[in-house]
Amino acid sequence: MMTNDTQNPLLAVRDLRTYFHTFSGTVKAVNGVSFEIGEGEVMGLVGESGGGKSVVGFSVLGLIDEPGKIEGGEILLDGQDLVTAGEDRLREVRGREISMVFQDPMTSLNPLHTVGRQMDEVLRLHTKLDADARHQACVEMLESVGISQAAERLKAFPHQFSGGMRQRVVIAIALLARPRLIIADEPTTALDVTIQSQILKLMRQQIADKGASMILITHDLAVVSEMADHITVLYCGNVVERGKTRDLIETPSHPYTRGLIDSIPDTAHRHDRLMQIPGSVPDIRNLPKGCNFRDRCPRAQALCAQQEPVLTKQHATLWAACHYPLKPGETA
Amino acid sequence: MFGYLLKRLIQMTLVLWVVSVIVFLMMSFTGDPVFMVVPIDATDSEIAQARRLLGLDQSPLVQYWRFLTSLVQGDFGQSYVFRQPAMTLILERLPATVEMVLVAMVMAVAVAIPLGVYAGANPEGRLSRTIMAGSLLGISLPGFWVGMVLIYLFAVHWGVFPSSGRGDTAELFGLRISLLTWDGWHHIILPAVTLSLGTMAILLRMTRAGMMEVGRQDFMKFARAKGATRHDVLYKHGLKNALIPVVTIFGLQLGDLIAFATITETIFSWPGMGKLLIDSIYRADRPVIVVYLMLVALIFVVINFLVDLVYTLIDPRISLK
Repeated sequence: MMTNDTQNPLLAVRDLRTYFHTFSGTVKAVNGVSFEIGEGEVMGLVGESGGGKSVVGFSVLGLIDEPGKIEGGEILLDGQDLVTAGEDRLREVRGREISMVFQDPMTSLNPLHTVGRQMDEVLRLHTKLDADARHQACVEMLESVGISQAAERLKAFPHQFSGGMRQRVVIAIALLARPRLIIADEPTTALDVTIQSQILKLMRQQIADKGASMILITHDLAVVSEMADHITVLYCGNVVERGKTRDLIETPSHPYTRGLIDSIPDTAHRHDRLMQIPGSVPDIRNLPKGCNFRDRCPRAQALCAQQEPVLTKQHATLWAACHYPLKPGETA
Repeated sequence: MFGYLLKRLIQMTLVLWVVSVIVFLMMSFTGDPVFMVVPIDATDSEIAQARRLLGLDQSPLVQYWRFLTSLVQGDFGQSYVFRQPAMTLILERLPATVEMVLVAMVMAVAVAIPLGVYAGANPEGRLSRTIMAGSLLGISLPGFWVGMVLIYLFAVHWGVFPSSGRGDTAELFGLRISLLTWDGWHHIILPAVTLSLGTMAILLRMTRAGMMEVGRQDFMKFARAKGATRHDVLYKHGLKNALIPVVTIFGLQLGDLIAFATITETIFSWPGMGKLLIDSIYRADRPVIVVYLMLVALIFVVINFLVDLVYTLIDPRISLK
């Protein structure tokens, strides 16, 4: 049931379940998510706020804290499971094999350490380079993400950089140890619109240069449609649809994906008003039986309340979890 | 930088001046020192003469002016009791107090920081709860009681530490220091432990609160995402960010212990300044009390200044302005 045809995926997530055990009940933030990424691929992970996107990213790096816990599933990096791996192995993976870019560049850097020291830390942890070689690598990396006078800027503290510049530093840190996979969690959401496209362009170019793969976590389908090779759409901790970017954007088969696409402002279309998905995400602590999306779905019927739909093959490269999927050309 | 130092110097002088006014007023309201210097059967004319000699027949303003000018010149007068310069008396005893306080502060920090970091990083753990309960004891148990219990257990019952006195001292730059001799260390442990418990508990709780706050910050998770060890994340990234309030309290406690180690010094017969202060108050030995209070004010002002300097070393966003 895989959408992409890679024989040996770099990362394969199988039936991942990450739950949070809170006072008011168990939150099944990620509840049976599967996907694969091949070498050099960019995958978009899309959904509304609270859909479990970030939790997937943190789960892959083993950074789920109490009261959260990975309750089941596999996260296979080159076929080796990270869920059952020890903390030592995970530390080798973090930064070296898989690195992460956070949403808010204003808070992801330590305010009390120089930018140089924070970059150097990655190289000290993951390479055997001597101090001079590390310094040289930091200068080159900082220059390659578009920060001039890099040698000087290494001595500066984060508060001496603007938000966009800080995100460049964060990206530089993420790329420094040449990881094979970068998880970017809403990397442009906290930035000015004018800076957003610069940063996205930078990430796309850097990832292509280094032959790395990327999981781009975002709520913004417009962003992923430009960047991603394929897209996985999450709703309430479940994969509702996935497929190649072009198929999924042009002819989505799940009504939720359709809704997301229709709510992108588009000057080429003649909508008088922006479309929206009615209602809001249900309380994830006690999800209704059947399809989680049925209360907001224009196509819902009696069956949707009784039986949870499973991912099934649709047209083109798409897989969707829907009893009444859209056919190409059909509108919701 | 120079401008800042000048500004701080002026501020510090101002504070000390205000303290001198308060000290002078307090002294004027607390009894008549003439009766401390004259014999018990002195005649009225002898009393009047002594009063004139001490300058106590002048108006308060003149008295204050003379008080201030002699302070500025470093003349703090003679102790009525010991017939020695008051400053000399205090400075003889200052090293004993300071070394006891320093040992106490080092103990407090050495215990409080690691336990505070641990309790802040694992707030739900059983060990953390035990640490926090212990720290509550450290805050609430009075020093005199702890001192007596320690004397009973370690001096009387087990006989491993002496119960009083300072032991052998060695001379360094003209100062008598206990920490240079084995016997001195033997004597300093119990009073230093007694003195450190309260500060230890407060610093521990401050560290824990700071670490819990910092633990929620994105950069801590980002540091872990880089592959840093748990120890590095907590100590290199977390602790430094939690340190500002801890340093503040550290400075205040340091001054507080130097100034008011009186009770501990009394219990352990430690020949420090605190004991001298108590004796001087009993005997209304005004010059000694004045020097003591002025010295304590100076110590607080200097420590506060140093704490502000330390802030700038910790956080580059804080600048000397």
